[in-house]
Amino acid sequence: MTRTALLTLVTTALACASGGATSGGPSQAAAPADTGARGPTGDGGISAPLADPFPSTYQAPPSRPTVIRNVTILTAAGPRIENGAILLRDGKIAAVGASVEAPTDAIVIDGAGKFVTPGIIDTHSHMGVYAAPGVEANSDGNEATNPVTAHVWAEHSVWPQDPQFPRALAGGITTAQILPGSANLIGGRSVVLKVVPARTVQGMKFPGAKYGLKMACGENPKRVYATRGPSTRMGNVAGYRNAWIQAEAYRRRWDKWLADKKGDPPQRDLGNETLAEVLRGNILVHNHCYRADEMAQMIDIAREFGYKIRSFHHGVEAYKIADLLARDSISASIWADWGAFKMEALDAVKANMALVHQAGARTVVHSDDPSGIQRLNQEAAKGIAAGAALGITISEDEAIKWLTLHPAWSLGLDDRVGSIAVGKNADIVLWSGNPFSVYTRAERVWIDGAQMFDRSDPNEAWRTDFELGFVRRGGQ
Amino acid sequence: MRRDHGDRRDRRGRRALGLVALLIAGVAQAQTVAIVGGRVFPVSGPPIEGGTVIIRDGRITAVGRDVAVPEGAQRVDASGKWVTPGIINPATQLGLVEVGQVGETRNATARGRDETRVNAAFTVWDGLNPLSVLFAPARNEGITTVAVMPAGGLVSGQAALVDIVDGGVSEMLVRSPIAMIAQIGNPQGANVSSRGELLLRLRELLEDSRAYGRRRADYERAQTREFAASRLDLEAMQQVLAGRVPLLVVADKASDIEAALRLAREYGLRLIIGSGAEAWMVADKLVAAKVPVMVGSMVNIPGSFATLGARQENPGLLRRAGVDVALIGTGSDPDAYNVRNIKQEAGNAVAYGMTWDDALRAITLTPAEIFGVADRYGSLQPGRVANVVVWSGDPFELSTRVEHVFVRGVRSMSPSRQDELMARYKTLPPAYRNP
Repeated sequence: MTRTALLTLVTTALACASGGATSGGPSQAAAPADTGARGPTGDGGISAPLADPFPSTYQAPPSRPTVIRNVTILTAAGPRIENGAILLRDGKIAAVGASVEAPTDAIVIDGAGKFVTPGIIDTHSHMGVYAAPGVEANSDGNEATNPVTAHVWAEHSVWPQDPQFPRALAGGITTAQILPGSANLIGGRSVVLKVVPARTVQGMKFPGAKYGLKMACGENPKRVYATRGPSTRMGNVAGYRNAWIQAEAYRRRWDKWLADKKGDPPQRDLGNETLAEVLRGNILVHNHCYRADEMAQMIDIAREFGYKIRSFHHGVEAYKIADLLARDSISASIWADWGAFKMEALDAVKANMALVHQAGARTVVHSDDPSGIQRLNQEAAKGIAAGAALGITISEDEAIKWLTLHPAWSLGLDDRVGSIAVGKNADIVLWSGNPFSVYTRAERVWIDGAQMFDRSDPNEAWRTDFELGFVRRGGQ
Repeated sequence: MRRDHGDRRDRRGRRALGLVALLIAGVAQAQTVAIVGGRVFPVSGPPIEGGTVIIRDGRITAVGRDVAVPEGAQRVDASGKWVTPGIINPATQLGLVEVGQVGETRNATARGRDETRVNAAFTVWDGLNPLSVLFAPARNEGITTVAVMPAGGLVSGQAALVDIVDGGVSEMLVRSPIAMIAQIGNPQGANVSSRGELLLRLRELLEDSRAYGRRRADYERAQTREFAASRLDLEAMQQVLAGRVPLLVVADKASDIEAALRLAREYGLRLIIGSGAEAWMVADKLVAAKVPVMVGSMVNIPGSFATLGARQENPGLLRRAGVDVALIGTGSDPDAYNVRNIKQEAGNAVAYGMTWDDALRAITLTPAEIFGVADRYGSLQPGRVANVVVWSGDPFELSTRVEHVFVRGVRSMSPSRQDELMARYKTLPPAYRNP
């Protein structure tokens, strides 16, 4: 990647413009600054809302102003711009339209015959927690020791040297939510990462992104815990409700104490703390759930305890209850055509994406797979085609949202990424052609205005530490 | 595994329908069909713009630009369409696995009687379910012929080639066996603890099979030493030793592939390499040994220490070096539910350096050659079995629709279970209107 030619001045400017950890993410906002006795660090005894004990250290890489012109732009914010131009500056999208004024120091790229889209966002990845090679020592995605492990955080399993990260980037992925696995009813916190090289997971964390909570329905938990329970779907539901009952009591205790600070603070509990944050609306629920009837029950449970489900994941039967998803503003993070690998995946149909879309709910193309994540654009194309076969016409200008704006919304980041609009983060992909073609490849990828991938320059490609020596560059 | 897997299921209620379809098939078979005006890809020769394909009694009788349409022939207007041979997916478990995580629907793996799991005598098609609901979705997307393969153990068993036609297994079979399946990449899979030990066990099996073949009479009188496999397995290996049936060795690591090449040379076997993630690293040796490979185009993760060299250029590099390449599915659920996605595999092979013509060949004529049926399958030529697909455009492109599928000359598209579900939920039936 050409992150070489840069000016120190630009570097400095960018670090501030990027909304990095230094510019007031939740760590500052969240610190219970008025608790008096304690400083900004060392609050481990306090169960504070929006606490950020592992703050992002990500800073946007240095970049030069970049203009791409003569290019077709799928904005995910409206109709495409043919023969358009876009200016990336100081980490943001500075201008977009039929033409833009190029600063004198700008890199100018001719995009004739090519397409520009927002960076692709995957709501469902296990990169880093199930790293390659997939040996036992790298298997860190399921804390399958208890059906409710709300206390674990996926980021504490993420290996930044997972060679799956650079491959996802080469597929145009700029942001990914890393989730715990689906063995548990409540699997723990997710983390939202930028797909960038770093020594630490903190260096990849999307500054200011909300956490997610992984929940799972159906076959997996009842299979994993068959001997100790839950061993049935009704056992699953009792498990969720018991957890939320405790969490609500915890939230009340803590909110009361935080309001009046009277007496000793209540005992802190990591699991209930995470669940309480869901109940306060500070953590978004991502619910692995295949069957329509179970999704409807999960919606009722959410209403019972006053939280919202942000996205159902896998949802192979989302098409059966697409109206409910639209009514409750729940997105469907789904595959184009995975199915039949277990009973609850039996009714998978290729028009799932199109039927959800037609009902007015948000379709999200997700991967759950380190190979699939590299070709999410192809998965969306299959979804469009399946819709067409059923008489549902979906334009590419709409379908691009399945890959960008809708996942951004699902992660609570649609004000920063997911579409091409002035002021948004400059997470951009330049494609060799129409991204919905099987022949098209991502040629270049920018994150916060910095070019992170350039297919024409394999010698500069990001190689994780693991790959050195083990994986020969470009197969030389 | 981060996700849970599975496969397929059988529906008994379909038998009556199948019989009806057979009757219809019998009638339709007599029909002469003329596919007219398409962009015809015979694969065995250059494309023909505005070409005609004549089908009669289940066979192709003519292909060309100036072909007269026989009187009474049913005309299929293919102007603006693309016409290709039926797609062959050369590595599936279609009809062998219905729902992956439901044991009673899994029939691709024999447990075997010995520890290393040698199941050479296992003829996997005996457990094939012709009523699998996953046949129709594959055929509706242009897949007319599939290899059904056993899996697991050291020697998994024997594979067959089947057409996706309505009827029983005997009607579906094109050729059986087409290959003996073995693997030398996964020691745990055969209850041994190193790669070399896999080779050792395979060599032992070949040795004993050879000895058995020479001394059958002694064996029957119990006048031989003890052999490392059962009588039926030793018997099944004779066709492999004789070179009548190829040994398909599943191996990814370059050094494993080289070991397979040595073994094949030693015993004079016909070898096919399957999976072959690192095959590009030994392309010259594969060419020299004239060994074909079956690989995917979407494999580029060092997911194990045996696939550190995996890259998407693999099929293109192999082909350019002169290796015969058939493409196999490596995307999601490639064995059954998404047997249809072999076309996407071809498209990605092209995106990473294979020529378009070679990619089409890799899912038609090359697998037919590898399995010894190229005289009947894989190309559009007079005399070939009339497996023909008419596409709205480039068959690899994700937006392309299948317009017509002919299998053995019979128009064969029919609504699948998935189609029925979609139709039901496109507009909710009244009983379902309340949530």
